[in-house]
Amino acid sequence: MGSLFGRLDDVTGDAGYERHPPRMGFFTDTSVCIGCKACEVACKEWNSVPDDGYLLTGMSYDNTQSLGASTWRHVAFVEKTVSAAEAVETTVDLGMPGNGPPPEPGQEQAAESGDDSIRWLMSSDVCKHCTHAACLDVCPTGSLFRTEYGTVVVQPDICNGCGYCVPACPYGVIDLREEDGRAFKCTLCYDRLKEGQTPACAQACPTESIQFGELSELRERADHRLAELHEKGVDVARLYGRDPEDGVGGDGAFFLLLDEPEVYGLPPDPVVTTRDLASIWKHVGAAAATLAALGVATLMGRRR
Amino acid sequence: MPGLGTSFGRGGATTNLMDLQNSDCILIQGSNMAEAHPVGFQWVVEAQRRGATVIHVDPRFTRTSALADLHVPIRAGSDIAFLGALINHVLTNDLDFREYVVAYTNAAALVDEDFRDTEELDGVFSGYDPEQGSYDPTSWQYAGATEAAAAGQRDPGQPGTPDSAGRHRSARSETSGSGGPAVEAKPERDETLQHPRCVFQVLKRHYARYTPEMVQQVCGIAPEQFARVADALTANSGPERTSAICYAVGWTHHSVGVQKIRAASILQALLGNIGRPGGGIMALRGHASIQGSTDIPTLFNILPGYIPMPLAHEHESLDDFVAEDAGKTGYWGNMRAYAVSLLKSWWGDVATEENDYCFDYLPRLTGNHGTYETVKAQIEGGCKGYFVVGENPAVGSANGKMQRLGLANLDWLVVRDMQMIETATFWKNGPELETGELVTDEIGTEIFFLPAASHVEKAGSFTQTQRMLQWRDKAVQPPGDCKSELDFYYDLGERIRAKLAGSTDEMDRPLLDLTWDYPKDDEGDVDGESVLREINGTGPDGTALSSYTELKDDGSTACGCWIYCGVYADEVNQARRRKPHWEQDEVAAEWGWVWPANRRILYNRASAAPDGTPWSERKKYVWWDADGGEEGTGRWVGSDVPDFIPDRPPDHVPAEDAQGPDAIGGKDPFIMQTDGKAWLYVPVGLADGPMPTHYEPLESPVPNPLYPEQQSNPAIENIESPVNPINPSFSEVYPFVFTSYRLTEHHTAGGMSRTLPYLTELQPEPFCEVSPRLAQERNLEHGGWATIVTARTAIEARVLVTQRIRSLRLGDRWIEQVGLPYHWGGNGITSGDSQNDLVGIALDPNVHIQDKVGTCDIQPGRRPRGRALTAYVAAYRRRAGVHDPEASADDREGDDS
Repeated sequence: MGSLFGRLDDVTGDAGYERHPPRMGFFTDTSVCIGCKACEVACKEWNSVPDDGYLLTGMSYDNTQSLGASTWRHVAFVEKTVSAAEAVETTVDLGMPGNGPPPEPGQEQAAESGDDSIRWLMSSDVCKHCTHAACLDVCPTGSLFRTEYGTVVVQPDICNGCGYCVPACPYGVIDLREEDGRAFKCTLCYDRLKEGQTPACAQACPTESIQFGELSELRERADHRLAELHEKGVDVARLYGRDPEDGVGGDGAFFLLLDEPEVYGLPPDPVVTTRDLASIWKHVGAAAATLAALGVATLMGRRR
Repeated sequence: MPGLGTSFGRGGATTNLMDLQNSDCILIQGSNMAEAHPVGFQWVVEAQRRGATVIHVDPRFTRTSALADLHVPIRAGSDIAFLGALINHVLTNDLDFREYVVAYTNAAALVDEDFRDTEELDGVFSGYDPEQGSYDPTSWQYAGATEAAAAGQRDPGQPGTPDSAGRHRSARSETSGSGGPAVEAKPERDETLQHPRCVFQVLKRHYARYTPEMVQQVCGIAPEQFARVADALTANSGPERTSAICYAVGWTHHSVGVQKIRAASILQALLGNIGRPGGGIMALRGHASIQGSTDIPTLFNILPGYIPMPLAHEHESLDDFVAEDAGKTGYWGNMRAYAVSLLKSWWGDVATEENDYCFDYLPRLTGNHGTYETVKAQIEGGCKGYFVVGENPAVGSANGKMQRLGLANLDWLVVRDMQMIETATFWKNGPELETGELVTDEIGTEIFFLPAASHVEKAGSFTQTQRMLQWRDKAVQPPGDCKSELDFYYDLGERIRAKLAGSTDEMDRPLLDLTWDYPKDDEGDVDGESVLREINGTGPDGTALSSYTELKDDGSTACGCWIYCGVYADEVNQARRRKPHWEQDEVAAEWGWVWPANRRILYNRASAAPDGTPWSERKKYVWWDADGGEEGTGRWVGSDVPDFIPDRPPDHVPAEDAQGPDAIGGKDPFIMQTDGKAWLYVPVGLADGPMPTHYEPLESPVPNPLYPEQQSNPAIENIESPVNPINPSFSEVYPFVFTSYRLTEHHTAGGMSRTLPYLTELQPEPFCEVSPRLAQERNLEHGGWATIVTARTAIEARVLVTQRIRSLRLGDRWIEQVGLPYHWGGNGITSGDSQNDLVGIALDPNVHIQDKVGTCDIQPGRRPRGRALTAYVAAYRRRAGVHDPEASADDREGDDS
């Protein structure tokens, strides 16, 4: 097994590939997402993912609610009230995604024609294809594996539905399909990658909000875009999952957000759940050794 | 379409989507572009990336607003007041692009002495006949010009106009799709723009009262907001910069729809933004080939290429027919060549000079056969058979009940669709069965449902929103009995002709003599490319023509649609060109084919100054190269196909007696207009006035503050029917505004989307959107149910309470708007009430298109069921004092509530 935590520049090599293509990934620039959901539909069409039920949630225009076994791309819609001052200045107001009750009537109607009192954030979420993927690390069957592109894929013909991967994911991405029992998530269109094609969601995205490519190049592009937005005065813009030093060693699918991650339903500081696995095993090993030593000592003592 | 057609000469978007990336400012109004045209919106995003300011003026904060730099909420239906104020702002502050305006628009033209403005006549123009509810436009003419002999006489269906000959009617608006309406002569001009009767001054006076304060009162837009829009547009227009305007059905679906587009046209002409890169007016069409469906029309009053339909009794011969246009300045002057070529295309060798090229074979118009008139005729028993193809009127057309009552009163109905849509099943599950207004056993309509092939199951072309023809290849065979339209109509023609074979009845000649021989491909389908080639046209030697300038009026050429001539040039399907953009320049002239003549930006002569040099290096596009021609002669050059006579120098002055294209001067970029100019003022060609004027929608919660004496469009076309009652304006009973719209997740009437799991799950149920203030006022619960009521009916929908719907302050009162997506009906994976059942029918007099806004009430909870529903709605009508021809003993009995 490869390393479990910290910076790791060649995740694919670490997984045992001697010669491999560059690591591929997604950069999702939410500042140009128009919430068309073409990514959700294209993903389902290509991967034959079943529908996820017909429920009007009342969560703005989000009726698929979250990533899951049957939703591998998910567009979040966040209606956020901001005061005119905030609109300019941008503070850290942690509004929740638009799933709460609407604001109390009366207090809200600053909304006289024209003030900028609302923002509507849209963001297409997806499996992060972490550098340190806990789902993979805990999978007992080897169903989850690291591909030659550095992505993380679950193989339905091997998955036994144990579900260990589900709580292991720090983002809550992978899930079991109830009527099926097995775990499913985004494959970053592994089959398309093998044919030199772009993943279905990125191909369908009309505004290049979802960009696919070599991770190193995407990171450069993202840095450039961030600088561009900051220059325009969009100080709220930030990258999420870009940093190879973060708790998961950086994401293979990372984002440009226009607010705090929590606003989009993303954990602010994800840490791979298997971070301490090595030291746990070390402790376990030490404990076992101690026990063994004690046992030997005891036995030897008896003999005496 | 006539909005752009009368303004510039052609009824198509003046630009293309890709060129939006060159804009410095984009105003999106009457369109929710990001949601309804997400793929095209990428170019708006690209423009923004390059530094453009994007403004969205819309009643709702939508996905478009979310991306825009500025969202300005506006009361639905009040756009002309807003645009008029922008025009006024430009005129009073001298912010117009003066050199462009003087040279390229009709600003300098003098208007007839008899013309009177709405400002003088309490909200109507001169020539208004209150009894007929229509205009005689004679007094709108240019000074010194007599009105074109019979302009406007071609559409006897103009509202309120009797079918009598000899009376001037104001419009045959649809025919302005390519070729502006004819004026007799070039007008007198005052190039100083000082003459009190010059268009510039007339315009200035007309809009003088359209102030920011008035905008606040009419639209609910604060003066600071107005100023931000005005500043952005004017700062980004001129020699160095250009602004574009995008609109869609948010403007066209109004009883003043054409005039909204006219207002945008005036603004863009004043700012000098037409015919230039990054400028223009982008008309965003509602479907894949809506532009195509007017070019080769599914409309009743035009023939292919916007040639008008001949009128019964008035157009006895081809000469009569073309007399009105022949000899006029500009390319429309060649109308006889276009008409003869069309007749030759349809009737081939049978069409000869001796028999007037079978001109007699063309049907003649006897009245208005617009869609809503047709439905009315169905109810009244005058229309007995109906083809519904690619449409679902039981859900998608205004006043669904009226549609369904019409369908129920037919002898036969043919529905061709991919899905079993409501229009085919109204007899077994329409809402009228529940209320007892229809009874299945009593419906005599024989219905034929024919399964249709989808776009991937057939080859053919789309003419999309930017006049571009794009060819699709067939990916898979259609399943089962599904057929393409082409195969269906070909087969139908074959069967009818077989039945008529041997007939000696003269009436059958047009069908029997039709050229109806198309090759079939390996799979037995009619070869679509052979049809495209026929549309393109052929010359005397039978080879494909390459340009409409080659068409002749002597029967030696045949052409199915003159504006499409060139799409099969060199015997190549030019619409099928797919050269990637990285292998050509930014104009990408080798991707698909664009009418006319593959010009991507129309009127691009205007991208150069009158002397032929580019206005600026930054906005260089098409210019005069004095040595550009082959023999050292001059030529128009640039990255696009010049929309001008290629070798006509900028200083050319035509001879006094020149006709047709010869009469186009070197400084006349609008070559389809009889005077070569963009029209700020339309002297002829529109039914409801030469300049856009703010009128309230027929159903409005407020009086018209600009013209208290004239509440709504004086020339509005009413459909008087017992099932089309109209809410009285400023009624306490119907106090709110409703506006209807699409969602990205669904397609129009839903037949292609709520039948698919992947789209249905994204927006699974009908809902309405209301502001928190309205929710409080009416006790509406987020996620709960609401009932929305108009004089037509009541529907139910789930409620989304959202800040995205603004309460608008108009003077001292609040206006609340109810947003209603319109995709649902009784069939599909999920179903629900149809929003269009609420909408009344009141039509734009130019194009017979309905208003998408009206007034309503909204109440918490689900609607009454069965007969209680009609009683509930009737009680509302009584309270509102609506004249209620529907009231019956039954209703009254049921109305105790």
